[in-house]
Amino acid sequence: MTAAIEIKAVQKHFGNVAIIRDLNLSVAKGERHAIIGPNGAGKSTTFNLISGHIKPSSGEIRLNGDLVSGLRPFEINRRGLSRSFQVTNVFARMTVWENVRCAVLWGTGQRYAFWKNVDHLTEVRERTAEILEDIHLSHRRDVPAGLLTYAEQRELEIGITIAGGANVIMLDEPTAGMSHAETERAVALIRRLTEGRTLVIVEHDMSVVFGLADRISVLVYGNIIASGTPEEIRGNPKVREAYLGEETH
Amino acid sequence: MSDTATTAPDMLKQQPGGAMRFYGIWLIAGIALIVLPLIFSSGSALTSFSLIGIAIIFALSYNILLGQTGLLSFGHAVHYGLGGFLAVHVMNAVANDNLPIPLPVIPLVGGIGGLAFAILVGWVMTKRAGTVFAMISLGIGELVASSSLILRSVFGGESGITTDRTALPHMFGWTFGPQIQVYYLIAFWVMVSAIAMYALTRTPLGRICNAVRDNPERVEFIGYDPHVVRYLAYGFAGFFAGFAGGLTGINFEIANSAYLGATQSGFVLFAAFIGGTAYFFGPILGAIIVTYLQLGLTNVTTVWQLYFGIIFIAIVMFAPGGVAGILMRHRPLIRAKALGMVIPSYLVAAIPTLALVLGVILSIETVARYTAGEGESNIVNLLGIPFDTTTAATWVVAAVLVVGGFLVARMTWRRIAEAWDRAATVARDRGHLA
Amino acid sequence: MRELIVISTLNGVLFGMLLFLLSSGLTVIFSMMGVLNFAHASFYMLGAFFGYQLTRWMGFWPALVLAPLLVGAVGMAVERYGLRNTHKHGHVAELLLTFGLAYAIEEIVSMIWGKSPMDYRVPAALDFPAFTVFSTNYPAYKIFMLAVSVAVFVALLIVLKKTRVGLIVQAALTHPNMVAHLGHDVGRVFMLVFGVGCALAGLAGVIAGPSLVTQSDMASLLGPILFVVIVFGGLGSLPGAFIASLLIGLIQTFAVALNGSLASVFGPLDASFGPSVLTDIWNVTIAQIAPILPYVLLVLILIVRPMGLLGTRET
Repeated sequence: MTAAIEIKAVQKHFGNVAIIRDLNLSVAKGERHAIIGPNGAGKSTTFNLISGHIKPSSGEIRLNGDLVSGLRPFEINRRGLSRSFQVTNVFARMTVWENVRCAVLWGTGQRYAFWKNVDHLTEVRERTAEILEDIHLSHRRDVPAGLLTYAEQRELEIGITIAGGANVIMLDEPTAGMSHAETERAVALIRRLTEGRTLVIVEHDMSVVFGLADRISVLVYGNIIASGTPEEIRGNPKVREAYLGEETH
Repeated sequence: MSDTATTAPDMLKQQPGGAMRFYGIWLIAGIALIVLPLIFSSGSALTSFSLIGIAIIFALSYNILLGQTGLLSFGHAVHYGLGGFLAVHVMNAVANDNLPIPLPVIPLVGGIGGLAFAILVGWVMTKRAGTVFAMISLGIGELVASSSLILRSVFGGESGITTDRTALPHMFGWTFGPQIQVYYLIAFWVMVSAIAMYALTRTPLGRICNAVRDNPERVEFIGYDPHVVRYLAYGFAGFFAGFAGGLTGINFEIANSAYLGATQSGFVLFAAFIGGTAYFFGPILGAIIVTYLQLGLTNVTTVWQLYFGIIFIAIVMFAPGGVAGILMRHRPLIRAKALGMVIPSYLVAAIPTLALVLGVILSIETVARYTAGEGESNIVNLLGIPFDTTTAATWVVAAVLVVGGFLVARMTWRRIAEAWDRAATVARDRGHLA
Repeated sequence: MRELIVISTLNGVLFGMLLFLLSSGLTVIFSMMGVLNFAHASFYMLGAFFGYQLTRWMGFWPALVLAPLLVGAVGMAVERYGLRNTHKHGHVAELLLTFGLAYAIEEIVSMIWGKSPMDYRVPAALDFPAFTVFSTNYPAYKIFMLAVSVAVFVALLIVLKKTRVGLIVQAALTHPNMVAHLGHDVGRVFMLVFGVGCALAGLAGVIAGPSLVTQSDMASLLGPILFVVIVFGGLGSLPGAFIASLLIGLIQTFAVALNGSLASVFGPLDASFGPSVLTDIWNVTIAQIAPILPYVLLVLILIVRPMGLLGTRET
């Protein structure tokens, strides 16, 4: 059974500094996998490596069995992987509706069409409305994305990520900066939207991690020091020492 | 730059009766184009309207790059000029070889000229965006403009290539000799190309262009290659610019290297930016304003280009959304019936601001006449009052107007800001402002 | 032939150093502030005209000191009252502001001094031949120009490497955001850097004025070449700007000196070809295409290495 994501012996240097050293990770299809680790461990770099934003210095990355290390982000996206960003990365001057619609276009086969009126494309319109309903932003559809509240922007971010229909979703700290209530809403949203898909999530909020993940990997100094089920991770002394410390919840 | 999205028509359509209003605007525009020369039928009016029509197409084509896709070009006139040259050459060939191509079709030839060059250089040019793209566009513009002086057989050297628009096969008995016929030809194509360029903004490509403008990085993660998007936008912009160039060739019956030059590129940048790049009608407004300014000012002062520069700088610094941006900002106030809260402060500010403007104009004109030496009159006629530039009184008046006007005007501008604050709050409370 | 090569090399290096004087200021301003000063060549022109006017009033040597200071002051005012207010609207707005400024400055200069070349003379003290190369006299003034350029270059190097201000500027070349976080009065630093950059451009104008033509279209002729230098060398790279300046300086100077064309080498084309693109290309001399050469280089570097020779920063 091919893994959804397979990372083998990946290294990444910036100048002389090795940010990622000998990274090995395997995420099975349909699995919900969380990556945790202290700040500066290289979690965002790992995401950037997988999604094609940066190239590995050595090693391979495979998506559903195909080699993707070295491809451009849009090529990887078209192969079924989509990601969100730690710093909200929406299209600020376009409305919420337009944001989601743009994310839907490629997936519905529109490509670079300049001869069709986008307002008349039923499939696009229906899919956009559906996603807006899912992320509970239908009532804000005509608001320019830059004017949304922080939590709404994070939800829009998630919406844009899943809109294309990718089957491997990567979320980079989706609940960062959210209140407790907002986090609960976001987690329920994530759980519902990633039903049947593969999810890789980076998070600092341990309640989210332990509540959502099937498996957890712990990244420290560019290296995975432990990988397993939540119970295994909780009980792992190396992890305790390096990262978890006292559990709070 | 500005704070709202280019979805005004989108929102307009969704309001009750919105579709009617949307198509109504286009209908009124069409009727206006037809009726205008019947009301203002003088020769100079027809010439102005023709020039404005061409400028509208040119400025709209420029906004495909700047307002739609976020690409700032300092060399857009290249496509305009090449379109003009191709059109003129084809017109001469048609006349010489008796080909069955009537004049109304010629602008399409211009479009093909602009498009061909865009296809040729566009891929390499759109590899980079932002400041680097701007510099490259400058370089390519200079490259073509300089080359045009070398390839005399194609570009006719300094004197250019002339043609005769009446020598083509006639359509409906029209020779296109009289300016009024040329005007209607231009008006027809203005309507068609404006509709086409507007329609482009409503396509998947058009929407993704906006996304590339806002966040090119993110666009890659929704499956699109920003390079391809920019290249396609560049092609469309080149086509419509060449189209405008073809119309110019028809209008003036000549194409010369000035069409390709930096001045022409600057003109279209001014027009699009002063009009406002965030709204589709912005460049249309800008084309009208800039063309009228140019026509009007050249008769009145020798330093009209300086005024252009100052107006442009003022817009960049204080109103980067352009005239369209300023107008559209009032829309929420109008809907919330709060417009009356700001009008009085405008009226109060008008007087010192006008004094300031008059002072600046007087200063510039005085310096211009003073340094011009022989041959220029020493009298500046401002509002009918003659000012003698050789007397100290004129300089004193100018200084007082500028300094005094500025100090007083500044206070009134603060009152405008305060009035806006109050009006915006009201609009927000009434739900018309997010 | 040897004479041509030696003279052209001297002139080429001179032109290259002049270009570097301009492009170094432009690069430092861009690296520190993220704004590409479209009006940089306009400050060069202001330097030439201020130099000319001040020379008429008080002689060349006082003008040499005063004119760059004046230009620097204008630059600081532009930063303080113009750029600083436009910064919040983004880089495009800043670039457009400097574009409008370049436009306005050219118009103001034409208005005050007219459009004809100014009679800006080489000072009598330097108006003699420095040495003779083969049969040509090489003017001492050009050696003076070269000396000033080298002196400024060395001074820049010392300031950058040995002083605190230089350290900050170097840091800003690669990490502009950090400089802001370090707690320096960023506004004042920016104003100073912009002012010094413009003053350097003005200095280049003051000394180049007597040798090259001082005319109101100076800026629009030199401006695009300056940007080619920047893009070719790589945005934000001082060494890249240095190499690119020398390269383009030499290429342009040699091209202008050469009168060869395909026609001169292979003989005239058959008259049956008539006026056509082929005849135009066949008959054009290298000197005539000299103005285009920098842009050809631009296209080449874009195809081969889009980030420039030694480019480090994206826009």
